[in-house]
Amino acid sequence: MKSTPLFWALVAGVLFGFGLSLSAMVRPEVVLSFLRFKDLGLLLVLGGAVTVALLAFQLAPRLLDKPWFGQAFAKHPSTLNTRTIGGAAIFGIGWGLCGVCPGPAIAGLGSGNWPLLAALVAIFAGAWVQGRFFGR
Amino acid sequence: MGQFFPNGIAHYLAGGLIIGAAVGLLFVTTGLIGGMSTVYSSTWSFFSNHPFFQRENFVGSREWRLAYAAGLVLGGAIWLVWLGAGTWQTGVPIWQLVLGGFLVGFGARLSNGCTSGHGICGMASLQLPSLLAVLTFLATGIVTAQLVAWLGGH
Repeated sequence: MKSTPLFWALVAGVLFGFGLSLSAMVRPEVVLSFLRFKDLGLLLVLGGAVTVALLAFQLAPRLLDKPWFGQAFAKHPSTLNTRTIGGAAIFGIGWGLCGVCPGPAIAGLGSGNWPLLAALVAIFAGAWVQGRFFGR
Repeated sequence: MGQFFPNGIAHYLAGGLIIGAAVGLLFVTTGLIGGMSTVYSSTWSFFSNHPFFQRENFVGSREWRLAYAAGLVLGGAIWLVWLGAGTWQTGVPIWQLVLGGFLVGFGARLSNGCTSGHGICGMASLQLPSLLAVLTFLATGIVTAQLVAWLGGH
């Protein structure tokens, strides 16, 4: 793989990690208080992120022949089946239990939230079991 | 309004806009869709010869996904140094982090998306399956978190 996508992935990741930290999504307690209707801030985070991403995803392929430093615009592949919905249901149970999702588990380490390392390792373990025994 | 947002709204909105800008920047520069859960499968392709992990979409994306993840750690560290008021550790018990994390990893990979993959990238791509996935994990997440609180958990 050439270094250009790696560079932009790193830059975008820095922004992403900064945004996750600023919005306090790296704090499981904040996520859990959303799920308990005590602080609905997560809706603003999601709404703000979707709005900007929506503009980029919808406008860029119409205005540009190809990405500035890439070959083609990818599409998000999602299909409606029992794995998509069943997996989301299991994901939600885990999310409601620990208040950590895949991005904050990584970004939280940068802001010094060390206990999230336990969740990070567990997420890797869950992904391995999924791929090894339920992958197709 | 205040009762729903006891900690204010500015940092939530600003953080969300920055996260959207990150996903948008990755897309405009490289054309890549930056959900976060796939890195947990693609990284296994370095260590496991099992055919599932050796699929092209994992092997072909594992390097930029790791760079993206490294950026996340760096972004968190920049926030800490620049704006953070010292480090902060979660008080969620370790068993909840481990069991919850395992289900998060398993479920997100079975569903092929998480809060960023379905929630941000999928919805921004106007994918109905992603919207249904988001509504599903919000529902089970709310029920689980309320149940844990009701049972006296953290």
